[in-house]
Amino acid sequence: MTDPLLRTTNVQKSFAGPNDSTVSAVEEANLVVDKGDFVALRGPSGCGKSTLLFVAGGLLRPDAGEVVIGGENLYRQNTSRRAKIRASKVGFVFQQFHLVPYLDTLDNVLAPTLARSIPDAREKANSLLEAFGLSNRRHHVPATLSVGEQQRVALARALLPEPKLLLADEPTGNLDPENAEAILSHLLTFSKDGGAVLMVTHDDRAAEQATRSILMDKGRLKT
Amino acid sequence: MNLGRLIWREILHRPFSFVLAMATVTVAVGCLIAVAALLGSHDLRSRTMTMEMNEEAARLESEFSAEMKAYEDSVRKNMKGLGFNVFIFPEGQELSEVYAEGFASKTMPEEYVKTLANSNIVTVNHLLPSLTRKLKWPEQNERTVILIGIRGEVPLSHRDPKKPLIDRVKKGHLVLGYELHKSMGLQEGNATTFLGREFIVQKCHPESGGKDDITIWMHLTECQELLKQEGRINAIKALECNCASIDRLGEIRREIAGILPGTKVIETKSKALARAEARNKAKKHAEEGIAAKKDETIKLKENRAKLRIENERKYAALQGVVLIATIVSVGFLAFTNARARQTEIGILRAMGTSTGSILGALMSRAFLIGFLGAAFALLIAWLLAGALQDGVLQGFDLLSLQGDAPLVLIAAPILACAASWLPAFYAVNRDPATILRND
Repeated sequence: MTDPLLRTTNVQKSFAGPNDSTVSAVEEANLVVDKGDFVALRGPSGCGKSTLLFVAGGLLRPDAGEVVIGGENLYRQNTSRRAKIRASKVGFVFQQFHLVPYLDTLDNVLAPTLARSIPDAREKANSLLEAFGLSNRRHHVPATLSVGEQQRVALARALLPEPKLLLADEPTGNLDPENAEAILSHLLTFSKDGGAVLMVTHDDRAAEQATRSILMDKGRLKT
Repeated sequence: MNLGRLIWREILHRPFSFVLAMATVTVAVGCLIAVAALLGSHDLRSRTMTMEMNEEAARLESEFSAEMKAYEDSVRKNMKGLGFNVFIFPEGQELSEVYAEGFASKTMPEEYVKTLANSNIVTVNHLLPSLTRKLKWPEQNERTVILIGIRGEVPLSHRDPKKPLIDRVKKGHLVLGYELHKSMGLQEGNATTFLGREFIVQKCHPESGGKDDITIWMHLTECQELLKQEGRINAIKALECNCASIDRLGEIRREIAGILPGTKVIETKSKALARAEARNKAKKHAEEGIAAKKDETIKLKENRAKLRIENERKYAALQGVVLIATIVSVGFLAFTNARARQTEIGILRAMGTSTGSILGALMSRAFLIGFLGAAFALLIAWLLAGALQDGVLQGFDLLSLQGDAPLVLIAAPILACAASWLPAFYAVNRDPATILRND
């Protein structure tokens, strides 16, 4: 039996609240995402979706539980190793895009090459820009792009290292329906091509595109 | 895509922040260069001033030395040419009495003059024995007169005969001072009585304005007879003494003491002596001047050294303030830069970029700020070197500091990196999840 691409086991995460209290963000989260999965993680704002996504991506150490990506237990690795696992296996897409403001479209897509060497990165970046309809925006900085274009650039950047797992935090939250549809379509294609997508959303229409939908409420996962 | 491109694009994106930080380093390095230049200028000025004063002292000394040599030669020549006069008084004579009365009360044998004349004395040319007394002229209402008995020059046996300097008084004759012949209406050839003896007036002196006006000169032998001092004299006047050395009186005294032990020798005032005294004063004045100049030079050196220490302290304080202000300023600018880039840093970390790489990018930027800031300051210094040398630096060449340029180009980036380290370290170690979730 092979390991799934992502498995979380009894993950718990809480934050410091006012007056020395603690706020539980994630409780007993058990989740498995495997190749070909396009999982939508739904729930109201503040239910812990994004926290679970960051824990799953190796960016936020849980208080308890395990996160395994491609057979490697993330939080048993040191920071450097975790960064390498992210660089090689995980792609991130955020609601705010988080493009580097002073790099043009092509350089933003090529940003993952700062983390690790990617063979034929430039050709791959150009192919992605072509595929996402951004060929003519190659040398434009983010400020001159529309939000839809910016999110497509962010998605192209996430896909450049050819990750196995794509973690998307409200990827369509700032987009109009047309651009949202385009992004979801790309995510679906990625999952169909053997990748796995874990998408946090509170948009029902976005969730409908996923192959699996998980509800989260007050830090707990409900299938 | 690489870190270099990332750094370059970021600088172009936020040029103001980069230029401001660079300008801060430029100002700081400029201050350091200015301090070094001002101290260098101070040292140069001190050296120049000290050298000028040393040269001045040496010049004075040299001029004085030459003048003194010339003066000594001149004195020797003048003394030798002019000669000077001395009086030889009897043994035991109080000179204070001589100065008060004008003649000696004690007497000595007239033979002394013969002894002196027959010696091989070389410092004396003419010898005039005399017997002088102050007494009343009974035939002229007891008026006070000075009687001087002279016998003319005694020739020196070892010398060729010289022309007498003073005419002798013939026996039976008198030479009268102005006041005497004038009041008595006497003229040369007239007869007069003195102490009961008849004399013919041989010569009437013109007015001298001194005691000579009440003086009677007669032949020494007659004078001795009248005063009942046969064979005695109370002074020998030596005229036109010659002496090559500056200490002429000492030389004469030594020579006379060897011939007439116990006698006392004094020099009468002469123009040459007055000149020598004046020059001695001038010499003393010049020596004091040179000593003062040397003192002044030493004090100048001390004052300049004190001033330098004071300046060093002030400049060190200024440098300290500038250095701290620069570190704080560069650190603050690095902090604001890192803060503005925290999302970028967060996403790079989320993509797996190592903290070392991100830290490297931030520190490389800081290094560039330090290096370019320092280079720019050096460039400005190089461009202004000529103008500053002629102006505020008073001849100090800024380019003489260029040997320190490599040190500045190494130290400035290191300091800029040190100032940026903490903000950069803080930024790259912030939890990316916190940054990206909050953004």
